[in-house]
Amino acid sequence: MSVLVDKNTRLVVQGITGKSGAFHTRNCMEYGTNVVAGVTPARGGETFDDKVPVFDTVHEARRETGCNATMIFVPPEFAADAILEAADAGVELIVCITEGIPVMDMMRVKKLLQSSPSRLIGPNCPGIITPGQCKIGIMPGYIHQPGHIGVVSRSGTLTYEAVWQLTSRGVGQSTCIGIGGDPIIGTTTLDAVQLFAGDPDTHGIILIGEIGGSAEEEAAAWLKVHCDKPVAGFIAGATAPPGRRMGHAGAIISGGKGTAAAKKEALRDAGIAVAETPSTIADTLLAVMK
Amino acid sequence: MNIHEYQAKELLTKFGADNPRGSVARTAAEAEKVARDLGTDSIVVKAQIHAGGRGKGTFTNGFQGGVHLCKTAAEARDIAGRMIGQTLVTHQTGPGGRLVNQVLVAESVEIEKEFYFAILLDRATGAPVIVASREGGMDIEEVAARSPEKILREAVDPAFGLQPYQTRKLAQELGFAPGQTRAAGRLFAALYRCFISSDCSMVEINPLVLTKGGGVLALDAKFSFDDNALFRHPDIVALRDIGEEDPREVAASEHHLSYIGLDGNIGCMVNGAGLAMATMDIIKHHGGDPANFLDVGGGASEEQVTEAFKILLSDAKVKAILVNIFGGIMRCDVIAQGVLNAVKAVKLEIPLVVRLEGTNVEQGRKLLAESGLPIVTATDLDTAASEIVKLAAKN
Repeated sequence: MSVLVDKNTRLVVQGITGKSGAFHTRNCMEYGTNVVAGVTPARGGETFDDKVPVFDTVHEARRETGCNATMIFVPPEFAADAILEAADAGVELIVCITEGIPVMDMMRVKKLLQSSPSRLIGPNCPGIITPGQCKIGIMPGYIHQPGHIGVVSRSGTLTYEAVWQLTSRGVGQSTCIGIGGDPIIGTTTLDAVQLFAGDPDTHGIILIGEIGGSAEEEAAAWLKVHCDKPVAGFIAGATAPPGRRMGHAGAIISGGKGTAAAKKEALRDAGIAVAETPSTIADTLLAVMK
Repeated sequence: MNIHEYQAKELLTKFGADNPRGSVARTAAEAEKVARDLGTDSIVVKAQIHAGGRGKGTFTNGFQGGVHLCKTAAEARDIAGRMIGQTLVTHQTGPGGRLVNQVLVAESVEIEKEFYFAILLDRATGAPVIVASREGGMDIEEVAARSPEKILREAVDPAFGLQPYQTRKLAQELGFAPGQTRAAGRLFAALYRCFISSDCSMVEINPLVLTKGGGVLALDAKFSFDDNALFRHPDIVALRDIGEEDPREVAASEHHLSYIGLDGNIGCMVNGAGLAMATMDIIKHHGGDPANFLDVGGGASEEQVTEAFKILLSDAKVKAILVNIFGGIMRCDVIAQGVLNAVKAVKLEIPLVVRLEGTNVEQGRKLLAESGLPIVTATDLDTAASEIVKLAAKN
């Protein structure tokens, strides 16, 4: 078992003919992801790498191929529209990799998705992977291994770091979800831990957060009451100066809110084991799983 | 990106948000003309720099204070003459101060009452929220901590915008008299239009004032813009004043690198924002002090790596450099080659620790080992951090 994606996932890629869209589509296919369609407006009728039919619209792709998940590589100025198109076509899972989408665009997307059954992951995220079954995103597949740890993170490379630590210790992952570094995102830390808590095949959870917002605090409060699986957490940005955006649009301490110290405190208060440094994330979880 | 007070004022005016009459002046003569045109004997002259604490600052020529009240155009001319072209030092500028290139000359209004008013993004709901208080002119965080009941919050539906009833409700709750609510509501609505149309992440008016004459004005405005949306606002991009920014950050932005200068002595180069923050944290954990945040991104080229190195080395405080790369999209051999090119190009004279992991890691490590250059390689982050802290302390 796993959450959200598995071997039955049928993927469409929006922006499949672009440079990074094409590159990462190939990587996903090599990993074993079932890529059934691509969408690039005005390029319908082409075939990507002699394997994947390209359509003009997501609606057409959905109708013709029954795709149930999408990976979006559309440039930031058009990405909000791409998300809404996928939702309107009824695609169940929307994974938006694009970095740099204006916050106002995401406000409107978030509002409109409230009345849609589709789930959004991202934007500005590495994607989601169920090791050995389905990879949707830009993460290096080989660092993962099938297993029973659920990983949720706002960061890309920091997630790879944690996953690699697990795999190097012979511990596999059920599903890893990169939820993205923007201030407004679809699936939140709380949503992800709820999925993991309800997945019988996930035996432990790693929660990787960073400064800014209150997503980790909300997840911690829920975990405290509703989940008895072992959880380890790490929060990046303890040394970040207030008021500065640390690379990710959402990684900013504003008005004294969203500090690493406050988030670690919230995690500890919920009984979550907190890794003091990024090099001990896996060991911190393994210590509480014994 | 920050903008000057006079630019904020121009932006407010563009959206019909009432604010005190006045204009920017770049010479003493211009200041005199602006003051004369105001036709008032209540004038304020304000030095234009991005840093706060101007009123209590000192110019390096000995002139006290970056904000002065005066009564005549001749006085305004005299004050502006002592400010323009001079360096103003405040508690926020550091000892180097900032060069004042222009002043704002405006009418100094008589204040009846001060309010706090801000529009910002509420991340939890993904919608704009208005935060307002009768306690204007104060630090809003203090008010929130001391008497949270004095803070009003009004959520706005991003699909429909700020509704007229919401502006009336806010005006009433802030204590505006019935005759003033129309002016207050008009200002609130204009500020909301400005927030949305300019893709702001925050507009903060502190104070928003009721004047003795019954006017409702935005007296001071602080804008934060969403960097992701600047592509559709060339007019706002044009307001950028590079002279006000850290030169290291300016150089980094030219090469599409995400860099933030800090005060420590260990330069860091990392891929990914989360890992970059975590690398700073682990340096601190081992007793060191990071000199910067630097994210070279997911797909940096050899050239970008070289430029990143140059920026790190341009900082005289940097005594050692840590490179931490987890190669996913980015291949470790490409990174290693970039590091080697940079080291050869810039003549590295300080210790360098490189930690590589991920795609093509063996080729990357081999390149570094066979280069014959004094590069310390580490396989895990903890060793890399403790090593760099030791080397920085020795150097």
